[in-house]
Amino acid sequence: MSAVVKLHDIHKSFGSVEVLKGVSFEIAKGEVVAIIGRSGSGKSTALRCINRLETIQSGTLEVCGHRIDNEAVDLRALRQDVGMVFQSYNLFPHLTVEENITLAPRRVKKLANRDARALALESLQRVGLAEKIDAYPEQLSGGQQQRVAIARSLAMQPKVMLFDEVTSALDPQLTGEVLRVMETLARGGMTMVVVTHEMAFARRVANRVIFMHQGKVWETGPGDMLADPKTPELRDFISNGL
Amino acid sequence: MKYNFDFASLQEYWPEFLRGALMTLEMTVIACVFGLVIGVLCAIGRRGKRKWLATLCGAYVEIVRNTPYLIQIFFIFFGLASAGLKLPIFAAAVLTMVFNVGAYTAEIVRAGMDTIHPGQIEAAEALGLSTPQIYWDVILRPSLERVYPSLSGQFVLMMLSSSVTSQISAEELTGVANSVQSESFRSFETFIVVAVLYFGMAMMLKFAFHLFGQAIFPRRRRLGTPL
Repeated sequence: MSAVVKLHDIHKSFGSVEVLKGVSFEIAKGEVVAIIGRSGSGKSTALRCINRLETIQSGTLEVCGHRIDNEAVDLRALRQDVGMVFQSYNLFPHLTVEENITLAPRRVKKLANRDARALALESLQRVGLAEKIDAYPEQLSGGQQQRVAIARSLAMQPKVMLFDEVTSALDPQLTGEVLRVMETLARGGMTMVVVTHEMAFARRVANRVIFMHQGKVWETGPGDMLADPKTPELRDFISNGL
Repeated sequence: MKYNFDFASLQEYWPEFLRGALMTLEMTVIACVFGLVIGVLCAIGRRGKRKWLATLCGAYVEIVRNTPYLIQIFFIFFGLASAGLKLPIFAAAVLTMVFNVGAYTAEIVRAGMDTIHPGQIEAAEALGLSTPQIYWDVILRPSLERVYPSLSGQFVLMMLSSSVTSQISAEELTGVANSVQSESFRSFETFIVVAVLYFGMAMMLKFAFHLFGQAIFPRRRRLGTPL
């Protein structure tokens, strides 16, 4: 299968601190990849480079045919192909759920207002929240807000979806409802890159797990590798997490 | 102290008072509309990447907020006239009000913009919105909703401060009051009437802003909570 995300020898620094030290990996269409690692290992930065929320210093990065290392890349076209869901949901508080979901389709894809509600409803049905279409974010629980954020990304019909520690701010019960939505998406064939601390999810849902350590891809393999780590660093990471 | 109130002798001046009050309102509406536009542009300019523009906007805000309003009026009316630009009284009065309220509005709007979490902007970028779209939908709209009470308060204050323009003979309510009291010799009554009129107009403006806020901020109307 052809790769839709290709990172090759990516280097990224914040000031004098190098956070990505030559990161390379590829993600095929329909693949679900979980990126795990300690805080500060560079996993979120690597994810944010994929839709160019962070710019890289060197290396080549291609996503859905867009060369992101190229200064002249069409960012808006890139971001129509790549959806992103954040740890802190980042819903727009002054807009209803429907308006949150349809803002980008209306503004970017010039969707007619009359079609917007249908699109919002369809996206909300995928995350099981159709009844909340007229609510404001503050009227929803954290888990519901995160599911709306997923619906908002889905409404742009992205080819790849990025998830940046999307359950880290949620309690275990709310985490479950968000992970179930993500699992359904994964089974539906969505290409997903998931930065997560949820080892059980990584093991069960991901086709492949990437363990990052000290700004490098340290170990990679199928979900089962978490049961049989090869490097002492991954072994240490997993045993500390349990 | 003994004083015999005589409001009856002011009756003939009602058309004058009304004309003055209307002019005050007219000046206030113009000042609010243009002041808001200038304030928003200036707040955006101060946040922007162009350093010279940010400095220019900052200097404007600081100059206006740190000099007396009366001096600003004299500067625009008498000062510019000395330099060869003689503005009609009404134009000079309104221009000063716009100039003044624009700076205060800029600071209020900027404070509102500062409350927007960077994550909101990132989310909008990740959705593919352009910079002007992000400014309008994600930064400005919630900012204005958040600072609306301060903003409307500032505009009411502007209406009250417009009385200072009587110093250049603007025929707004205070200017009219000055003429009336010098003709009628009933200063006490005149200023009581004018104070009541100002109070009534301030209340009316507050109510109008309340209704306007309910109309343009649907979240506020439905939930009734501050954003």
